[in-house]
Amino acid sequence: MNTEIRRGSPAVLMTGGEPRKRKASFRRLFDAATISVVPIYVFTLLFVVGPLVYMVVLSFLKRAETWGVLREFTWANYSNILKPVYLKTFYESLKLASFTTLFVALVGYPFGYFMARLTAVWKRRMMLLLMIPFWTSSLIRLYGWIIIFRANGTLDNILMGIGLTKAPLKLLYTYSAVVVGMIYALVPFMIFAVYSSAEKLDWQLVEAARDLGATPWQAFITVSFRLTLPGLLSGVVLTFIPSMGLFFIADILGGNKVILVGNLIQEQLMKARNWPFAAALSVVLMILTSIMIALYRKVSGVKDLEGLV
Amino acid sequence: MKKKSKLPGLYLGFILALMYIPILLVIIYSFNESRISSVWGGWSLRWYRDLFRDRDIMEAMTNSLFLATVSSLSAAVIGTLAAVGMPKTNLRGKGIIEYLSTLPIMIPEIILGMVFLVYFSLIKLPFGMITLAVAHTSFCIPYVYMLVKARLVGIDKSYAEAAKDLGATEWNVFWDITLPLILPAITSGVLLAFAMSLDDVVISVFVTGVNTNTLPLKIYTQLKTGVTPKINALCTLMFVSTMLIVITSAWFARKSVSRTERRINSEEASGIGDSIGLVR
Repeated sequence: MNTEIRRGSPAVLMTGGEPRKRKASFRRLFDAATISVVPIYVFTLLFVVGPLVYMVVLSFLKRAETWGVLREFTWANYSNILKPVYLKTFYESLKLASFTTLFVALVGYPFGYFMARLTAVWKRRMMLLLMIPFWTSSLIRLYGWIIIFRANGTLDNILMGIGLTKAPLKLLYTYSAVVVGMIYALVPFMIFAVYSSAEKLDWQLVEAARDLGATPWQAFITVSFRLTLPGLLSGVVLTFIPSMGLFFIADILGGNKVILVGNLIQEQLMKARNWPFAAALSVVLMILTSIMIALYRKVSGVKDLEGLV
Repeated sequence: MKKKSKLPGLYLGFILALMYIPILLVIIYSFNESRISSVWGGWSLRWYRDLFRDRDIMEAMTNSLFLATVSSLSAAVIGTLAAVGMPKTNLRGKGIIEYLSTLPIMIPEIILGMVFLVYFSLIKLPFGMITLAVAHTSFCIPYVYMLVKARLVGIDKSYAEAAKDLGATEWNVFWDITLPLILPAITSGVLLAFAMSLDDVVISVFVTGVNTNTLPLKIYTQLKTGVTPKINALCTLMFVSTMLIVITSAWFARKSVSRTERRINSEEASGIGDSIGLVR
């Protein structure tokens, strides 16, 4: 806009030498800007693109008998995934991710929605209160759940204290423990996504619906819910994707009983040392992730994930 | 707005309480005198004393701090230069590079960890501090880049134009005008990146060497094998420091918005605040 005004401005028209000088400074500007983006180009190509490309290449290579990889093309790593054992892992992962996402939505949606109806002061306070657990290291939060779930832990003490149970429940290292840990880790994403969408909602529309005779529930379903759906959907994506990869939650709270794709990748990488297979698993996980995001975009018509940036 | 139901408030309070309980338990038990963590033996600072005498943990702490410093500062340089240069450069593929550079915080951590592990061994980078620093820098850059970029959008271009008309070079403009204006955003991004690096487990698990431990790695192994109350004390210290860093960062972010841009509306301001929470 500024350049537009300037081009016709008398100052430029009057001084004859101006255009050439401007051209020279343009070159300088181009050079300075280009030099300043060189580091990110180099870094991204070398340490983001390079690794990702190598992952794809590696997934088509053969595993060497003893150690490392052979430079031979094979589909074996992908057909390996179709083995029942591994398919089951994918199935289990998807199941757990769906469970987690469902619960996260049930807990997080009302939270985000109610939060958007608070006064400005309380909204800010709420944000701050949410930031603390959100920024706390996931390890610390997991440790907290260990304290709660372990035999004779906090939950056992409470339950036995009020006489609900007689003996310590064996809660740690169970499927439920993993689900709770997952929900706990991911619920903030849902809250923020729903909140940012509900915040923009025009509440007058809800009131209009009410004035026209809708019950509160009808008004919610036909107006509020539909308008906050993009937020909910982006929350679903933001929950579903990480919940397939959070191997350390399954590791710590599930104690080897719950094996997810994430655990499988880690195991193939660190223990079995079958890197090509781990790469193939990662490629499949990446594809699943991209499909989720693409689907979301298609359904909601939104380009960016609501509340992500 | 008219008839106030108590239900929403109760619900918000209940869920918040659930979020805080695990964290509070870890903190409370760090002051527990008893060695057996399910028994309460009275208040004590004994585990903190033990913590500072533990040479392994102290070494891991030094490593963690060094790593976080190196990666957040490298990210500060790369991210800031990129955010300033990207809108002006005519270099090809900048849109793609911009997108690709944010991938490290978009794709599942486990995939990032795995690709780094295989790639580093391909290019024969010695595993240890170097690989850790490269990997951490990769996910630190987006924090700085996004915050600085958001800030640059709000800066009036006429400042730079005026300076150039008065004979300032490109460098002068950057150093005297742009940099001071974006400094709070850079600081905010660097602090967030620092906190993220200090907390990272998943990626570090994959790219660390045999002899290089960081604090989160130390905690992770302990959680898997068996915890001592010392770990509670360590967790508590980490919690306190992360909070201090994040709060400082938010303070800078707010400053970055409010100082010069009086015209900027509160919506945009809260947008920047939101992105701090959400880029993670």
